[in-house]
Amino acid sequence: MVVRATVEPDLEDVVRRYEPMIGLEVHVELGTRTKMFCGCPTGFGAEPNTQVCPVCLGLPGSLPVANRAAIEATIRIGLALNCQVASWCRFARKNYFYPDMPKNYQISQYDEPLCTGGWLDVDVAGETGDTVRVGIERVHLEEDTGKTLHLGGATGRIHGATESLVDYNRAGIPLVEVVTRPVAGTGARAPATARAYVAALRDLVRSLGVSDVRMEQGSLRCDVNTSLAPVGAGEWGTRTETKNVNSLRSVERAVRSELIRQAAVLDRGERVVLETRHFHEEAGDSTPGRSKETATDYRYFPEPDLVPLAPDPAWVAQLRAGLPEPPREHRRRLQAAWGLSDVDMQAVLNAGAVGLVEATVAAGTTPEAARKWWLGELSRRANEAGVDLAEVGAGPADVAALQQMVDQGTLSDKLARTVLDGVLAGEGSPAEVVAARDLAVVSDSGTLIAAVEQAIAAHPEVAAKVRDGKVAAAGVLVGAVMKATGGQADARAVRELVLSRLGAA
Amino acid sequence: MAERAEPTELTRMTATGIAGLVAAGEVSAVEVARAHLDRIAATDQRVHAFLQVDTEGATAAAAAVDAARAAGAPLSPLAGVPVAVKDVFATRGLPTTCGSKILEGWRPPYDATTVARLRAAGLVVLGKTNMDEFAMGSSTEYSAYGPTRNPWDLARIPGGSGGGSSASLAAFQAPLAIGSDTGGSIRQPGAVTGTVGVKPTYGGTSRYGLVAFSSSLDTPGPCARTVADAAALHAVIAGHDPGDSTSIPQPVPDVVAAAARGATGDLAGVRLGLVRELAGEGAEPGVMAAFREAVDALTKLGAEVVEVSCPHFGYALPAYYLIAPSECSSNLARFDGVRYGLRTGDDGTRALEEVMSLTREAGFGPEVKRRIMLGTYALSSGYYDAYYGQAQKVRTLIARDFTAAFAQADALISPTTPFVAFRFGERTADPYQMYLADLYTIPANLAGTPAISVPCGLSGGMPVGLQVMAPAMADDRMYRVAAALESVLPAPAPPQL
Amino acid sequence: MSHQTDRPPAAGISRAEVAHLARLARLAVTEAELDTFAGQLDVILQAVARVGEVAAGDIPPTSHAVPLTNVLREDEPIQCLPRDEALAGAPDTVEGRFRVPRILSDEEDPG
Repeated sequence: MVVRATVEPDLEDVVRRYEPMIGLEVHVELGTRTKMFCGCPTGFGAEPNTQVCPVCLGLPGSLPVANRAAIEATIRIGLALNCQVASWCRFARKNYFYPDMPKNYQISQYDEPLCTGGWLDVDVAGETGDTVRVGIERVHLEEDTGKTLHLGGATGRIHGATESLVDYNRAGIPLVEVVTRPVAGTGARAPATARAYVAALRDLVRSLGVSDVRMEQGSLRCDVNTSLAPVGAGEWGTRTETKNVNSLRSVERAVRSELIRQAAVLDRGERVVLETRHFHEEAGDSTPGRSKETATDYRYFPEPDLVPLAPDPAWVAQLRAGLPEPPREHRRRLQAAWGLSDVDMQAVLNAGAVGLVEATVAAGTTPEAARKWWLGELSRRANEAGVDLAEVGAGPADVAALQQMVDQGTLSDKLARTVLDGVLAGEGSPAEVVAARDLAVVSDSGTLIAAVEQAIAAHPEVAAKVRDGKVAAAGVLVGAVMKATGGQADARAVRELVLSRLGAA
Repeated sequence: MAERAEPTELTRMTATGIAGLVAAGEVSAVEVARAHLDRIAATDQRVHAFLQVDTEGATAAAAAVDAARAAGAPLSPLAGVPVAVKDVFATRGLPTTCGSKILEGWRPPYDATTVARLRAAGLVVLGKTNMDEFAMGSSTEYSAYGPTRNPWDLARIPGGSGGGSSASLAAFQAPLAIGSDTGGSIRQPGAVTGTVGVKPTYGGTSRYGLVAFSSSLDTPGPCARTVADAAALHAVIAGHDPGDSTSIPQPVPDVVAAAARGATGDLAGVRLGLVRELAGEGAEPGVMAAFREAVDALTKLGAEVVEVSCPHFGYALPAYYLIAPSECSSNLARFDGVRYGLRTGDDGTRALEEVMSLTREAGFGPEVKRRIMLGTYALSSGYYDAYYGQAQKVRTLIARDFTAAFAQADALISPTTPFVAFRFGERTADPYQMYLADLYTIPANLAGTPAISVPCGLSGGMPVGLQVMAPAMADDRMYRVAAALESVLPAPAPPQL
Repeated sequence: MSHQTDRPPAAGISRAEVAHLARLARLAVTEAELDTFAGQLDVILQAVARVGEVAAGDIPPTSHAVPLTNVLREDEPIQCLPRDEALAGAPDTVEGRFRVPRILSDEEDPG
């Protein structure tokens, strides 16, 4: 994903004096059918506490058993991020009390993550070659918590609430945490880099098919670490961790507002406090949460209820072999194959049409025609209907079929749009719509010749002009033929016929 | 049928004997259940082995066995035999308290795997037996519902934590019982009540539904009055369970055949290792005398007895009292008054943290609180390596000691416990004195190896137990040795209640 | 598993430390209990600190007593608990959810 930075003047000023450092912790909820350690389903939006069992409710005596699909998904994410997969590692218990955790410990991974030491190349700005390699510290697997509803307060937030209600449907859903190494040297483009990284990671995970990575539904969640140090200081400043960053736009805004806030703190000669901050979507800023100055002691220890994981090389190799082409390479290959400029490719990306165009081309349409359909007519229709392009109601196969009929002269451009109306209305495939509505171009030469002869007879003076070489006048005759055939003739074919009948071809 | 067995006789019979009568139609399973329920009603005021007696459920289960037999359905080997279950196992719909106030009235919506296997095999669950709270203790004095008394002497402890299960056997309230052994909680009560107690190989029996005390040590196991009965019960509950990640996916050794072979009294070719570090230190002279006589008896049966050394066993008790409290501090965190069990202090003014703290303070007894705090301390970041980490290394060394010893001997022997049943209150003032009761039983838990306690005479009129330890997944070896000893040294009958 | 800091076993445990442990473990212990537990934990800790006498520098720790790895479950759904059973043991529920008193905003925040 390429994102253009919009740099505020004061951020430019900040980075003249301070060196920003960012780090990102992204949680991805896996789209497995069942939870991490039990067979409860994971569907979004079920009635509270209906997707629970003794294990994910933490009932006394219950025991976890790890989900193979979740382990494999985590390894695949790690491999796609160029990580090493541990040959042996264990789950660990992270101990702390909170009512949305049924056991009052979270099964996570501590110093033995499943994957370590990778990277992700991120295109930060439009100019080719402007790429930041973001180091990946670790990829590990843990269980999600339940959801808490705070009542009695003004804002539905924990502060000021008089009681809380807990739903454990989400408790135990597999959660992959991807942690970057500190990213330095991005200067004023730190906010754009953070955003571009999250977008690139989202695309990568989506390409693996292991999560729907929808930030608005919480299946991709992002914490942003930010710090500033005076230029040339040689060491990093105190960082803060901003939570509740729930959209790509917020990632960028959270980093920018926090860099500016920290600069103001440092400018006043104060120190930045090591703390968790909560981002507010509406205001675009954050407020302080828990101080981390006194580190919480989570008393990690190896989870005795789960035996170690030891992915053997053959298993890892098999998972590696099944990886799809990375989205970034995939896009570059398509761009070259389609012969698009960066700007044109960016338009396809922005429309969310890469996969649609690709599939349409695969079905036999030229890249140019496929792109025109998806970015033109279909984008307009999706926009009108307020749906994603992929859900507009016509698929790549429909578009390819339509274009094929146009190419064969069976449909005019105008007729093709009418057929599309039928497809979008659910009347069936283009062929079915053509048949049902009797929309094929009039190509029977007998019928057409008769219509042309009639038009010539009705407009003798126009015909004379054409015969005299004033070819432009033929439009009147073509128009008359089109009218006579109810628009179901191919205008180009009619024109050729008119000219040849009048000896002007 | 010619003669009908009297209820009192039924309660004195072995489990396999009862099963034979039921299978032959000599007696109905309902009659067997009623005889035991009557015995419980008559004696449990004095013994207090049970926290919950399920008269209705037991009668229904027994009637189902009788109906199956009448219909000509095949019966499993222990069908119709009553069994008492330690209150640390989840039983669907039947209160499960773990001897704690914090779980008072909790009715699990599911059965532990062990309980499900009992039911599937037609055993009749009589009820839930008393225990030290969350299985932490060696006397049942830490039960929130009052102690169980030793049928041999009602002024003495029945061992712990599973004192209720063992006492129910010694009081003839049940022919079979289920326990859980984390540091000796099956074997030590077996030894001090003159009954048989078995800790199977860790992973040989499923922990699913066993309320966790120390997950890497907890092992469900059978309790009985004879070795053959214990083996028969072992065969019912053991075997792989996909619901427990630490369950071993291998066939269970044929412990029933091993017990039968041992009962012939032939131990020729068997080499027994007498563990130097588990004989003498801290043991009462009477216990050592009974143990030595038993060793002589084993020698006479043809066994070769050699002395072996396990140099790190001396560190087993300290390592155990770091590992078990650490795991328990995490395992018991879930008892917070949110999803089940007790809630205290929720008066509308207090915040959750305070209500949780008041709930846990009111719901847990002193020993549980001590261990939770000890474990919280041992896992703290500043102390982890010195305490928990080091204890786990000691654990490795103890396992290596076992491996070396098993290279020299087929099975190892020791007294089960250093002292016979003590009087109530004798060891509660100093918690560490109580911990010493598990001095000889703990090494097997740390290594995950199986061990059995079998009666080996009396000291001062109180039972003494001999422990046989075997390599992991070789549980059959210890059954053979124990059955051989039993054949020449039958368990002494406890006095009439 | 290794942890960052490593202090030698403490010679003793103070009353204040016991109070801290009780808070971490959510136990509202009484003043009298603090005195009792401090004394008892001190005795126990001195006894268990003996594990430090063993030279075990290069010995691998044992966290599991079974030689198993990769015990995994297939991704297949099971029957969940009926909601009334899931909630049956709870001290307080509201509209299908578990009710708890207000959560102090400075309490631990997950994730």
